[in-house]
Amino acid sequence: MRKTDTHESPAVRARGITKSFGDVVALDGVDLDMASGQVHGLVGPNGAGKTTLLGLLLGLAVADSGRLEILGTPVGRTLAVPDGVAGFVDGPGLYPSLTARQNLSALASLRRHDAGPAADVGDALEQVGLTDVADDRVRGFSLGMRQRLGLAAALLTRPRLLVLDEPANGLDPAGKHHVHRVITGLAAEGTAVVLSSHRMDDLAALCSDVTILATGRVVFSGPVSKLAAESGELDYRLLTSDPAAAHRLAAETPGLRVVPGGDPGRRADAAAVVVRGPVEALDELVVRLVGAGVALRELGPVVTPLEAAFLALTGTGVETGVETGAETGVETGVETGVETGVETGTVPAQTDQEDPR
Amino acid sequence: MTATVTEPRAGARPAPVLHGYRFELVKLLSQWRIRLLLLACWIAPAVFVAAVSLQTSLPADTVFGRWMNATGWAGALVVLDFSCSWALPLLTALVAGDVFAVEDRLGTWRHLLVAVRSPRRIFVAKTLASLTVILLLVAGLAASGIAGGLAAVGNRPLAGLDGHLLAPADAAGTVLLAWACVLAPTLAFAAVGLLGSVALGRSPMGLLMPALLAFALQLAQLLPLPVAVQLALPSHAFLAWRGLFTSPAQAGPVLIGLVVSLAWAAAATALAYRLFLRRDFTDLAYDGSGRRVVAAAAVPLAALVALTVGVIAVATPATGSGIEKGKLQGSLATAYAHLYRLQTQELHRPEVTEAQLGAAASCDKGGSRVADEGPGNDWRCVVSWRLPGATAVGSAIYQLDVTADGRYVADGDGPKEVNGYFQVRTPNGDAPNPLWQFDGNVDLLTSTTKD
Repeated sequence: MRKTDTHESPAVRARGITKSFGDVVALDGVDLDMASGQVHGLVGPNGAGKTTLLGLLLGLAVADSGRLEILGTPVGRTLAVPDGVAGFVDGPGLYPSLTARQNLSALASLRRHDAGPAADVGDALEQVGLTDVADDRVRGFSLGMRQRLGLAAALLTRPRLLVLDEPANGLDPAGKHHVHRVITGLAAEGTAVVLSSHRMDDLAALCSDVTILATGRVVFSGPVSKLAAESGELDYRLLTSDPAAAHRLAAETPGLRVVPGGDPGRRADAAAVVVRGPVEALDELVVRLVGAGVALRELGPVVTPLEAAFLALTGTGVETGVETGAETGVETGVETGVETGVETGTVPAQTDQEDPR
Repeated sequence: MTATVTEPRAGARPAPVLHGYRFELVKLLSQWRIRLLLLACWIAPAVFVAAVSLQTSLPADTVFGRWMNATGWAGALVVLDFSCSWALPLLTALVAGDVFAVEDRLGTWRHLLVAVRSPRRIFVAKTLASLTVILLLVAGLAASGIAGGLAAVGNRPLAGLDGHLLAPADAAGTVLLAWACVLAPTLAFAAVGLLGSVALGRSPMGLLMPALLAFALQLAQLLPLPVAVQLALPSHAFLAWRGLFTSPAQAGPVLIGLVVSLAWAAAATALAYRLFLRRDFTDLAYDGSGRRVVAAAAVPLAALVALTVGVIAVATPATGSGIEKGKLQGSLATAYAHLYRLQTQELHRPEVTEAQLGAAASCDKGGSRVADEGPGNDWRCVVSWRLPGATAVGSAIYQLDVTADGRYVADGDGPKEVNGYFQVRTPNGDAPNPLWQFDGNVDLLTSTTKD
């Protein structure tokens, strides 16, 4: 088993990466650092540049400008798949007329000469929970099964950097369990894993670090724990035995505000009360509810802290009841810009107008 | 930005071509369409030839079709003629025309690039794999047609396109040589398929390119084009093999057809290679239908045609349509003499040789107001001959339908005792009078002095 060596060169080191397609700027001065053994999340709204960045890491494209080092080796200006890198973007590439085993065997045959002794196809299928359908044609596979097979294909080459684009798409709970187990297992062995996802629960469960992209620029890069702190005040949803009393008590609790109209992201529920405020004020409300003899049946954030931070940082949280930094006074970095040297866990704060270029 | 592709840096070795080739072959052979094609090519010709050879009504409009119940080798040549018209361009379209486009449809280019790590090797592997499948299909057509004919009719002598009889062994060799010759134009159309597949991506036009090209060229070959233009077309070798069935063989058009076809194969493959290496695989909007791509593929091939026309016009003696009165008279007289000898044998008359007959022909096209040259169905010829010991000169009239590719059908127009329709009892059963209707082939390249 490979051990994580913190003294090794970083798995990925990118500085000032820019990539355009015609008039469209997909990446604009992106910096990224990833250590070996780290599971790094890449999130952002649609069109933020996630897939382009993952494509650069896989060697499917070259940057227009900037410096990129993968596994300690600088990437040149020519198309070349970096050694030790595996993964997929825009879904795994699978051939529907071949069986799952044939797909993996072909890949193993293509890569075996280069990657040393490849993992056994059967082992890879077992790791992702597809042993029972190994000899079925991929044509009949669900999206989730294809995702897992794509992951198995990446495992065959024993990568040191694994690049996954939306690996959780279409996964059922069992599939999700398999994928999470494989990813955490690889990271424990020292493989750096970078994955893009729109599912914040997956990111929260898997990633130690996260980079948020918006319109091709990094708006946050750092530990997940720090990102959660960026979310500011959250909306919480309460279900009680007496909604009217809960509404009255929430209104009377210092520091709390009752959000009119309830939770815009859910179906109307007259029994639910949505409040906004700091955690301390929420604690006080719970005490008052219990004191008044109102049973508390459910209490939770309308959106997770991670999702709230994402929405706030990308400026897309208005409709979902998440306050942006401008409203709460929290520095969220919504004012995106190209920073000249992102430090891990910082939020770039320069605006477009301040861009020195 | 369109990235320039070069070999990966040291340490990231691409997959060996052999591994990529094997993978591409597995992918192709796992498709139901390809499996059905293989099955059809290895079975259908045998069934067709066997069934038709046993009928009294034969496909006389196809070269060698009228001999299908006389020898098993004729069936293989009917299959060859049909394949050259339709089957081979369609097969190349379905295999080579899809081998690159299928990755666009499945969205697997990125996966393949990550796995193989060399666009060059991907191109080579895909090209070799598709050519392998095409060769398997062609081999199936040939083997199946031959097997069906030999099983249904037998290994008997074959009358060539000048009427001379090829012994079974010679017929076998020449039939196999003819099939080998059409591999060159098949390669040319396969290369056009590769080019279409690369240039047009998931567009169905890429798949149809070889078939459309074949259709356009067939239309062109119906026209009375100058012989230099006809020979410069990549489809000419699909017709030139007929010249192998005369004595001596019409080697000039065959060789030119092979060279032109191979030049097309090389040029179209090189263009496909160039376009493939220039493609930006990260551009998800790529559909290959850009005008620049089409121009980059079509313009060089048009230039190749122009260049070939020029070279052939300068380097060969052929002028005009290549169909001249003198050539036609010589060809008809030769074929008549050979077939007269065959008729004599079948009617159990005294043996006579072609030299003794001294057959000659006099042809006229459309009367005195029409120049005696070029294709048309208005050629009228009188063949004269003399039997040994006889003082009278025999004569027979033929109406000739001459096509632009040099093929003609001679239709006997009397006297009916010589070239009319009647059945002749042969050792293998009754057959039409061999002098009634027969096929011939004019060498478009040779030059004759005008009569």
